[in-house]
Amino acid sequence: MRHVIAFSETLGLSWVSPFARLISGEDPRRQFRAILLEVGLPLAAIAVFLLFWSVAASSIRTSLGTLPGPAQTIEQAGAMWQEYRAEKAKEKLFYQAQIQRNAARLERNPSARTTAWTYNGKPTYLDQIKTSLVTVFAGFLVATLIAVPVGLVCGLSPTVMGALNPLIQVFKPVSPLAWLPIVTMVVSAVYLGEAAWMPKSFVISAFTVALCSLWPSLVNTALGVASIDKDFINVARVLRLPTSTRITRIYLPAALPLVFAGLRLSLGVGWMVLIAAEMLAQNPGLGKFVWDEFQNGSSVSLARIVVAVLTIGVIGFALDRVMVILQRLASFGRPVQA
Amino acid sequence: MSFLNMKGVCKGFGQGSTRVEVLRDINLEIQEGEFVAIVGYSGSGKSTLIQLLSGLSLPDQGTIELDGKRIEGPGPDRGVVFQNYSLLPWLTVLGNIELAVERVFPKYTASQRREHAMRYISMVNLAHASDRRPAELSGGMRQRVSVARALAMQPRILLLDEPLGALDALTRGKLQDEIESIMMAERRTAVLITNDVDEALRLADRVIPLHPGPGAVLGPHFPVPMARPRDRAELNDQPEYRRLSGEINQYLSDLRRGAQGGVAALDPALANLAPVHFKRRRGVANVQTVS
Repeated sequence: MRHVIAFSETLGLSWVSPFARLISGEDPRRQFRAILLEVGLPLAAIAVFLLFWSVAASSIRTSLGTLPGPAQTIEQAGAMWQEYRAEKAKEKLFYQAQIQRNAARLERNPSARTTAWTYNGKPTYLDQIKTSLVTVFAGFLVATLIAVPVGLVCGLSPTVMGALNPLIQVFKPVSPLAWLPIVTMVVSAVYLGEAAWMPKSFVISAFTVALCSLWPSLVNTALGVASIDKDFINVARVLRLPTSTRITRIYLPAALPLVFAGLRLSLGVGWMVLIAAEMLAQNPGLGKFVWDEFQNGSSVSLARIVVAVLTIGVIGFALDRVMVILQRLASFGRPVQA
Repeated sequence: MSFLNMKGVCKGFGQGSTRVEVLRDINLEIQEGEFVAIVGYSGSGKSTLIQLLSGLSLPDQGTIELDGKRIEGPGPDRGVVFQNYSLLPWLTVLGNIELAVERVFPKYTASQRREHAMRYISMVNLAHASDRRPAELSGGMRQRVSVARALAMQPRILLLDEPLGALDALTRGKLQDEIESIMMAERRTAVLITNDVDEALRLADRVIPLHPGPGAVLGPHFPVPMARPRDRAELNDQPEYRRLSGEINQYLSDLRRGAQGGVAALDPALANLAPVHFKRRRGVANVQTVS
């Protein structure tokens, strides 16, 4: 039980621990209080929000009907799940039919050439989520591979920092929407042999994500390396560690908590940027889904967009949690702001 | 020729009118195998002195020589035990010590390195905690790791910068016992910086008060002849210990009085003050001075 508590606290799920403590028989009154605070209060806030939402939504009339309340949203979420199931069933039927067709053809003529087509139905909502996640991770990876080494050099050398600082300060606040046309043109000009597994739209959104999510990681890494505890440097000096060992054994681990704090911010920014980039680049993904529904303008479109908005929020939250866990693991027992 | 030799060492910080001379003309000779303690008030320049000995900073004037070789930078031949432990929090106890061993004995195989590190971890009684990280250790345990790390480097001289300053009195006493027994076994040259006269008398062969800065110089030397091991309880009954303790404390408090009055140390002249009498008369406070 002690491990459950420690594990849930590492995950940032502090609301699990009072339950675990209650089961293991710690002072029930205190644990009930903790449950009330950590579980009851948020649940109450959600209930109030839902109530407010349904009342406010029903009184707003748009050209696509009234704004969807929680009930319509849940209904649409169910409908979208059914669509997904239906699409999967269609895909299964397609492949079954293909196998039968090919088998029949071979039976008639054993030397006949058979073809195996891949199913080409429209992407389901879950496919869109998958694409978005792959894109954001690709962009985030590129951003990390650039930001951490550059940040490290900036942190180690005040000269480099002084040189790059104006550039960083100017590019940091640029909106993804401003980058997008430039990235689009550059990718179109440079990326000629388009591979099937890496379509142009994917490259464009991933690079836009990278360009925008680069900065928090870079700045935090530089700060982490530059503000390293003087005692650690003294240890390195007394041991006369060579530069490479100094970086890998002293500077990087010392900066790790701040590096991960930066990566966490980067991933958050990247996820926000991605939706905007997908809308404009028409890269399949959640952003495109929202845009298509908006253009579609059916009576259920708004409810479907709300489902997408909530999905984006939940995934963004989950990504943040993952980063918090990594940040905790990298902090070696020092506290982390959740 | 002595083992460690400081000649006319000066060190200050800042430039021009804001310059503060911390140490002025420090001369010190230490023999091989000798344990010297330097006692002084906080802010008297003790830490600057250890910084100079470790080579983490260099003197403005004068020279420091270790075994005839001038000190021109930090190096693993001088093991430093820092006041705030300076352990790397991302490494375990073993990892912290192995990092040092790796640098000093680069030819060791992984198992030799481990064995060497474990020997010193056992020496400070931490074998059971070798795979813990510093955050999981108490202050006393952390300082033991720091001592083990410095010893594992097998330095020519051990520099202890107020190693027990941040610990509570009980842990402090226990660690003093441990350090004494380790030093008796290892017989290494050591310099201890401390603000605790009793600690200095328990551990050192020679105690030197630091005449406080700005412009600090070393005071007279007090050889400590008591036999080892020096038991804490018995020490208090030894006349020699009481005499030394009294003399050093007297010297230090004279210094302090001198510093506060702004008059020359060791010769504190009394300021010309007259007593004041207060008299209360019918609810009205009336002050009368009688001189």
